[in-house]
Amino acid sequence: MTHDTPSVERKYPPIAQISFVALVSMVIGGVYVAAHLPGHVSMTLPTILIIFSGVLLLANMVLLSRIPIFAWQSFFKVAKWTFLAEGIIAGMLEYIFVFDGTRGAVLVLMTSALIIFVLDLSVLFGFSVAQFQDE
Amino acid sequence: MTHTAVIDAPQKTLEIVPRKSLPIVAVVLIGLVVAIATNRLWAIDFYHVVGGGMWTAIDLFLGFVLGPILGTMSIPSRIELTKRLMPKMVVLMPTLVIMTLAGGFQLARHQGFILSSDKHHSWIVASMIIVGALAVVAIGILEPANIAVLFELRKPSPNGERIGKLMKRFLYTAGITGVLQAGILIIMTRIATL
Repeated sequence: MTHDTPSVERKYPPIAQISFVALVSMVIGGVYVAAHLPGHVSMTLPTILIIFSGVLLLANMVLLSRIPIFAWQSFFKVAKWTFLAEGIIAGMLEYIFVFDGTRGAVLVLMTSALIIFVLDLSVLFGFSVAQFQDE
Repeated sequence: MTHTAVIDAPQKTLEIVPRKSLPIVAVVLIGLVVAIATNRLWAIDFYHVVGGGMWTAIDLFLGFVLGPILGTMSIPSRIELTKRLMPKMVVLMPTLVIMTLAGGFQLARHQGFILSSDKHHSWIVASMIIVGALAVVAIGILEPANIAVLFELRKPSPNGERIGKLMKRFLYTAGITGVLQAGILIIMTRIATL
C-alpha cells in the first residue's frame, strides 16, 4: 500500500462545515441587502450575519493552526489560487456596487462581506484538498 | 483486476486549470466590465441571457443526464471522464456565474425591476434567494469536491474509494442545483411575461 491510499482517513476539525456555515451566513446577508437596494436597507441583520461569518473565519484559522500534521504546502498552493480567482469575482461585484452608486455604511458592509467571502473560500478550498494530501 | 490497479497510472500532467482557456475568460470578463460601464441594455442582456442559459443548461445536463449515467459507470471509466470534464468545469462555471449575476443585477436595475415598487420585484427577490442557494451549494460543496478529485487524480496511486465518495457528493449536489435551476427557469419566464 502506498501513502496515497491510506485505509483510514485522518480526522480533522470541522473546518469545511464551519466555512460552509460562514458562506451561508454571508449569502443571506448579501441577498438581504441586494433585495432592498437601491432603497433604504436596515443594517442590523446583515451586520450581525457578516460579523458572525468573520468570527467563524477566525475560528477556522485558529483550528487550522492547531492541526499538528498537515499538508501546508498543498493548502497554500490551492488557497492562493482560490484567493486570486475569487478575488476577481469579488472585484467584479465590488465594481458593480460602486458603479451603481452604493456608498457609506452599505458599501463598507458589502466590501467586508466580499473580503470575508474570498478568505473563507480560500480556506475551504485549501483545506478540501490538503486534508487528503500527505505532508 | 482491481479498481486500484486499473487507476494506477494516472496522467501526472493533469492540468487542474486549463491555462489555454484563461485568455478567453479574460476577454469575457473585460467585455462584461465594458458592458456594465457603457450601460448598454443589449450588452447587459446578452451577458445575462448567454451566461444564465448556459449555466442552467449545464447544471440540468449534469444533474439529470450525465450524473445518472456517471453513477452507473465503472470507477475507472468515471475517472477517465472526470479527468477530462472537471478541469473545463473549473474554468467554465465561475465565468458563467459571474456573467449571469453581474448581467442580471444590472439588467434588473436598468429595467427598474429592482425597485420595491415594481411589479417584478418579488420575483427578482425570489430569484436572488434561489441563486444564493445555488451559489452556496456550488461554491461550498460541489467545487471543493471537484478540486479535491482533481488533486487526487494527480497522485501516483489515486485512492479509488475516496474519488468515488467525492464524486457521489458531486453528483448529489449537481442534482440539487438542477432542481434549483428549474425554479430559476420558472421565475425568469414569469418575469419576462408579466
